[in-house]
Amino acid sequence: MSHRGWETVIGLEVHVQLATKTKIFSGASTAFGAEPNTQACAIDLAMPGTLPVLNKQAVNYAIMFGLAIDAEIARESAFERKNYFYPDLPKGYQTTQLEKPIVGRGNVEIQLADGSKKSIRIHHAHLEEDAGKSLHEGNFSSNFSGIDLNRAGTPLIEIVSEPDMRNAEEAVAFAKKLHSIVTSIGICDGEMSQGSMRFDVNVSVRPHGTTELGTRTETKNLNSFKFMEEAIAREVERQIDLIEDGGKVIQETRLYNGDTKVARSMRSKEEANDYRYFPCPDLLPVIVSEETIAELRRTLPELPDARQARFVAQYELSDYDAGILSSDAATAHYFETVVSHSNNAKLTANWIMGELSARLNSQDLSVAKSPVSAEQLAGLIARISDSSISGKMAKDVFDGMWAGQGSADDIIEARGLKQVSDSGALEKIVADVLAANPAMVEDYINSDESKRGKKLGGFMGKIMQASKGQANPQQVNQLLLQKLNTLL
Amino acid sequence: MHNLTIAELVAGLRSKTFTSVELTQHFLARIANLNADYNAVITVTAEQALAAAAAADKRLAAGNAPALCGVPMLHKDIFCTNGVRTSCGSKMLDNFVPPYDATVVENFARDGAVILGKTNMDEFAMGSSNETSYYGPVKNPWALDCVPGGSSGGSAAAVAARLAPGATATDTGGSIRQPAALCGISGIKPTYGRVSRWGMIAFASSLDQGGPMARTAEDCAIMLSCMASYDEKDSTSVDQPVPDYSSTLNRPIKGLKIGVPKEYFSEGLHPGTEAAVRQALADLVAQGAELVDISLPNSALSVPAYYVIAPAEASANLSRFDGVRYGYRCDEPKDLQDMYCRTRGEGFGEEVQRRILIGTYCLSAGYYDAYYGKAQQVRQLIQQDFTRAFAQVDVIMGPTCPSPAFKFGSKGDDPVAMYLEDIYTIATNLAGLPGMSIPCGMVEDKPVGLQIIGNYFDEALMLNVAHQFQQATDWHNLAPASIQQGAAQ
Amino acid sequence: MGIERSEIEKLATLSRIAIDEGTISDVARRLDSVLQLVDQLQAADTTGIDTMAHPMQAIQRLRDDRVSELNQRDALQAIAPAVEDGLFLVPKVIE
Repeated sequence: MSHRGWETVIGLEVHVQLATKTKIFSGASTAFGAEPNTQACAIDLAMPGTLPVLNKQAVNYAIMFGLAIDAEIARESAFERKNYFYPDLPKGYQTTQLEKPIVGRGNVEIQLADGSKKSIRIHHAHLEEDAGKSLHEGNFSSNFSGIDLNRAGTPLIEIVSEPDMRNAEEAVAFAKKLHSIVTSIGICDGEMSQGSMRFDVNVSVRPHGTTELGTRTETKNLNSFKFMEEAIAREVERQIDLIEDGGKVIQETRLYNGDTKVARSMRSKEEANDYRYFPCPDLLPVIVSEETIAELRRTLPELPDARQARFVAQYELSDYDAGILSSDAATAHYFETVVSHSNNAKLTANWIMGELSARLNSQDLSVAKSPVSAEQLAGLIARISDSSISGKMAKDVFDGMWAGQGSADDIIEARGLKQVSDSGALEKIVADVLAANPAMVEDYINSDESKRGKKLGGFMGKIMQASKGQANPQQVNQLLLQKLNTLL
Repeated sequence: MHNLTIAELVAGLRSKTFTSVELTQHFLARIANLNADYNAVITVTAEQALAAAAAADKRLAAGNAPALCGVPMLHKDIFCTNGVRTSCGSKMLDNFVPPYDATVVENFARDGAVILGKTNMDEFAMGSSNETSYYGPVKNPWALDCVPGGSSGGSAAAVAARLAPGATATDTGGSIRQPAALCGISGIKPTYGRVSRWGMIAFASSLDQGGPMARTAEDCAIMLSCMASYDEKDSTSVDQPVPDYSSTLNRPIKGLKIGVPKEYFSEGLHPGTEAAVRQALADLVAQGAELVDISLPNSALSVPAYYVIAPAEASANLSRFDGVRYGYRCDEPKDLQDMYCRTRGEGFGEEVQRRILIGTYCLSAGYYDAYYGKAQQVRQLIQQDFTRAFAQVDVIMGPTCPSPAFKFGSKGDDPVAMYLEDIYTIATNLAGLPGMSIPCGMVEDKPVGLQIIGNYFDEALMLNVAHQFQQATDWHNLAPASIQQGAAQ
Repeated sequence: MGIERSEIEKLATLSRIAIDEGTISDVARRLDSVLQLVDQLQAADTTGIDTMAHPMQAIQRLRDDRVSELNQRDALQAIAPAVEDGLFLVPKVIE
C-alpha cells in the first residue's frame, strides 16, 4: 500500500501483563489499584540479599501463548539481566530473556475490514518483569517524583513481531488480534486502561517499490488502539515530511501523548544505551517438559478463530458478526450468556454490537465492567421476542437498566410500559380511530391497491397515539388490515 | 572458657559446667576489652545476646535444647540480621537495618546459637586484606602490623583472638580460606548451593557461598550441619539432605588418595609455606593416605577469568545501591543523575568502584565476547580440569595462599598484586567445588594454611580428613600471643 | 595498552559513579593493570568450549502462584532516605 509514494513498514513490541496472582519472582500480589508500595515486598524493592524464584504460572501462561500462535516452545530458556538505572527499576537491571526466549517463531493471522486476511510473523516472545511507576504529581514538592513499586515485578510477556505490517489498520488489527488471543486463553485481563497491554511501535518508511528498510523510530508505551492508530499516522507523516524536505530520520525513542495528540523524542533514553545483557546468575535454566506442554495444549481454552467459526455454525451468525462477538473473551462470554437465556442469537448479536457496544465505548468501559449484566440484557431480549415491548420501548428500558433501575421486567412494570397485545382492547382502539377519521377511510378505499400500503402509516400513527405507544405494532397492523379490507 | 572449642562448649553447657549467660558475658567482656586491638567486631548486640543466652539456659534446663543451644557466635556483617545494622563493610549501608534475617541467621537462631554481634569485612567482600572496610582494617592477632586476610578477616581474627568460638563467613574467591589460613584457624567453603544465599548480600552470585570459621575441623562440622540447608527462597540452593558432618569425623583415612597439583607449587610460593604444606602432606601419608601427582593445567587462567566474571556480576548486583529505597543518599542532589552518581561515588570505596568499572567494561558492547564470553568458556575448562582430577583422587591438597600474612599497605598501588593472593583458591569458586583451609605450620611466627579441595558435596570427607589431621597435629591449638592478656581476665 | 580518559568517563556514566577529575588518571592506571591481567584470557584456546554461567548443572525450580508476601510497607520504608504518602521520593524524573 502506498501513501504519497511511500511505503510504511511497522513492527510491534507488545507487553502483556500476565494474569497471575503474584509477581514473577516474588510472592507479592499483583492486584491492580492498591495503595502505593503496599504490594512491593523486599524482593520487589531489591533489598540487599533478596533473591528471585520464578512463578510457575507465569511460565505456563507464556507457554500457552506460544501454543496459541503455533510457535516453537523452547525446551530450555534462560533469564538475563538488562542493565540500566531508573528509579522505577529497583535492582538497576531488568530480569528478562534475550538469547533463549521461552517462545520462538510463530504466526498470527489478522482479518482486515475488506475481509482479506494476512499473516503476521512473530519473531519471539519472552518472559520479563515489569517496572514500577514514577509519579510526577502528588503531595510533594514539584522538584521530586514519587516512586510506586507495586507494579515492579509483575510478570510480562513481550511479544516481538516481524516488521510485517504496512499501515496503521494492519497494526491495529494485529494488536486487537493479540488482545483477543491473550484474553481468550485467559493469560491477561486485557484491561488496556490499566496498562495490561502496552504497545511499542516501530515505524519506518521507504520509497514505494524498494525493499531496503528505512531508519525506524520507536514510539513507546501506547495503551489504546486509538492512540496507536493516531501515533502511527502522525509518525508516518512526520517521517515523509522530514525526508521530502531533505532531512533524515534519526533512530530514536518517542512518546505519544494521546490526550494532547503530541509526539516527542524521549531524549533521556538517547544517552549511551549499552544494556550489558548477561545471564542472570540468580536464576537457573528453565526446562519445560513434554508433559507440561502436552497438558497445557490439552487444556488450552478456545482460540478466537475457532470461536468465530463455531459462532457461525452454532448461532447462524454472519462471519462478520461472529468475528466481532468472538474477538475478545469477555464479549464472547457475554454473548453466549445472553443467548443461553434469550435463545435469540441474531437479536442478541444486534443488541451487543449496537446499543451495548455504543454505550460502553462512549464511557470507555470494557464489557466486563458493563453496568448492564448479560442476564439483564437477556431479560430485555426476552420481552422483545415475546412482543411484550416494542423496539423503541426497549431502548428506554435499556436506559433504565444502564442507570441501575433493575431488571427489564422491573422497569416495564414500574413505568407501565407493557405493550397492549390484548386483541379485544386493540380492536376497540382500531375501530375508534377508523370511526373518528372517516375521510382517511374514504381516501384509503378509493386509492389504487398499490398505493394503499403507504396510507396505512397514517392510521398506525393515530392508533399508536391513542394507545400511548403501548399497542403491539404487528398486531395493530394485522387488525387494521382486516378491518379496512371488510370495508372494501 | 574462651579456649574451649564449640564441641567442648556444647558439652559444658549440657553438663551445666557453665551457663550460656556466663559464657555470653565472658565473650562480651573479651570483645569489650580486646576488640579495639583487632577491630574484628563492628557491631555488638550485647542486650539481645544476653536475652538469647537466658532463653537458651531455660531450654538447656528443660532438656529440649537444640544442637548449638547457648553457644556464642558472630555473624559476618554480610548476613542480614533483622533489626541489627548490616553494613557489608560499606558506607553505603552504614545506616542499613534490614527488616529480615538471612536464612543462615535463621538457621543459627533455630539451633539456639547466641549472636554476639557482627564482624568486620572488606567492603562488599571485595578484598583479601580487610583494608577496604569502611570501618577500618582488621588486625591479625598473630601480628598486629599484618593483615588478617579477607574478605572475612573480621570473622577470622575474632575466632583467632578467641572473641567467639565460631563465626560465619562467605567465600567468593577465597574469602573464607585465605583469612582462615592467615589467622591460623579452620574454615570451609561448601559446595556452591549447599548454604542458602538468601539474605547474604551478593557480591558475585554464581561464586558466593557462605561457610563457617572455627578453630577446629570438628567445630566447622558442627557449624556446617546447622548452616547448610535447602532453601526454597534461593533458586540456586540444592535440594539434598544435609548430612550430620560430625558423625563421620572419626573415619580412618587409610587409602585416601590425595591429589597434589603441580601448578600449586610453582613460582611465587613462599618456601616456608611450601615446606609446611609438604610436611602436612607427609603427616597425612603417615596416617595412611596416598599422594598422587596431578595437573590442573588451566589454573593460571583462574585469576584472569575470575576478575572478569566476579566484577561483571558485581557490577549488576551493586546497581541496587542507588539511594532510592535504603542506604546512603548524597546530600542535596541537584538532579536525579547527580543523586545516582554522587550517592555511588561517595557511598562506595575505591576497590568497589574499581570492580564495578571493570565489570561494566567487560560487559559493554564490543567487549562482551572477548572478556565475559571468553571467561565463561575458561570457567568450563577449569571445571573440566577438576573433573579429570577427581576421577583419580578423593581430595586435592595444596597451600591456601602463596605466603603468610603480609604487612598493611605492602601490596602497594597495584590492585593486581592483591588479586594474586587468591591464586590457589579462586578456581574452586569458579568450579563450584568445596574448599577448606586448616592450620598446618608456622612461618615467620605466622600461621600457614593447608587447602583441601573436595569433590561436589564431599564436605563430610574433607572435614573427616581435616579432623584426622588435627587429631595427629597441634597447629590448630596454637594461640596468638596477643590474646593472653584476655586470658588473664 | 592504555584505557582512554573518555572510556573511563563512559564507564563512570554507565555505572553512575562520580569520579573526581583529579583521580581519573590514577583510576585509569589501575584499571589498565587489571585489564592486562584479564587479557591473559586471550591466550586460552577455547575452540568448541561451551560457556558456563552456573557452577552446577541444575534447573530452575518453579514457585506456586500463591500470595505469600503481605503488606510490609511501613517496615520497609522506615529505612528509606525519603518517603512521602507511601511513595519513595527522588529528584524529579524527566522522561
